[in-house]
Amino acid sequence: MKFGVVVFPGSNCEHDAYYVLKKVLSAEVFYIWHKETSLRLFDAIILPGGFSYGDYLRAGAVARFSPVMKEIVEYAKDGGPVLGICNGFQILLEAGLLPGALIANAGLRFLCQDVFLKVGSTDSAFTKTYTEGQVLKMPIAHYHGNYFADEEVLKCLQDEDRIAFQYSSAEGDISEQYNPNGSKLNIAGIFNENKNVLGMMPHPERAAEKILSSEDGLGIFKSLLENN
Amino acid sequence: MWKAKIVVTYKSGILDPEAKTIQHALGNLGYRHIENVEAGRYFVIDFDASLSKDQAENLTKEMCAKILSNPVIQKYSYNLEEVNS
Repeated sequence: MKFGVVVFPGSNCEHDAYYVLKKVLSAEVFYIWHKETSLRLFDAIILPGGFSYGDYLRAGAVARFSPVMKEIVEYAKDGGPVLGICNGFQILLEAGLLPGALIANAGLRFLCQDVFLKVGSTDSAFTKTYTEGQVLKMPIAHYHGNYFADEEVLKCLQDEDRIAFQYSSAEGDISEQYNPNGSKLNIAGIFNENKNVLGMMPHPERAAEKILSSEDGLGIFKSLLENN
Repeated sequence: MWKAKIVVTYKSGILDPEAKTIQHALGNLGYRHIENVEAGRYFVIDFDASLSKDQAENLTKEMCAKILSNPVIQKYSYNLEEVNS
């Protein structure tokens, strides 16, 4: 199974994702420069975190027009798995591959901390190694992570079981006090209609080894590996 | 030559934490009678002399919808001004 990790000017988590796949899980993984226009070689694509194009205009707004994005839209339409982490999530939203938008955190602070996440749907190529309602610990590191969508979209996400992760307490309580950034419904990650695209603000690649205090993020990469 | 002056702000109903913080700060400074504050982005785009007003306007609208604003959360308005080259 071949993973591709896309690199935009200003990405800064690409090596973490590469490292987890290559060193922790012994998978085959390649970097994809944002000017590439062929993705057929890959079995899964990861859009890593960072500050593509300096977050100018809006986070992800410029990266979304990189040459590789046209291919990624096609790749996703054909059912290829695409995981967007943090800035990657912002890019997927700007590209219209996922609904809604991410605005500035409610507290207007850059948040860099561990959070607890309750797993929503386990019925996906990214989350099948988890159990429904399982609580994961992962770090967040963002300023624009406040998920917004209108009521219609939120209802649709709920009805179609497309909420992947919600901010919660260590016990899995999803109430406002455990919402770090003001996201609607405490949303930390969502799927597209076919559940082959996942966007999430927390960083699973930074929670993939014991020394990093949590291995809870590994499940996402293991799920992808199990697809083959 | 035409110049487009574009303002992008959040749609009503979307709580913009930046605008709320500015409103709060104005209140702290003693400014009363403020009911609402909006914050946004301002762009000035100078077109070259080959474009007619209609062409400049169409391009402005296209750019606003495509990249300068995110229609999920933002709205835009613009003014076109004729300037001497």
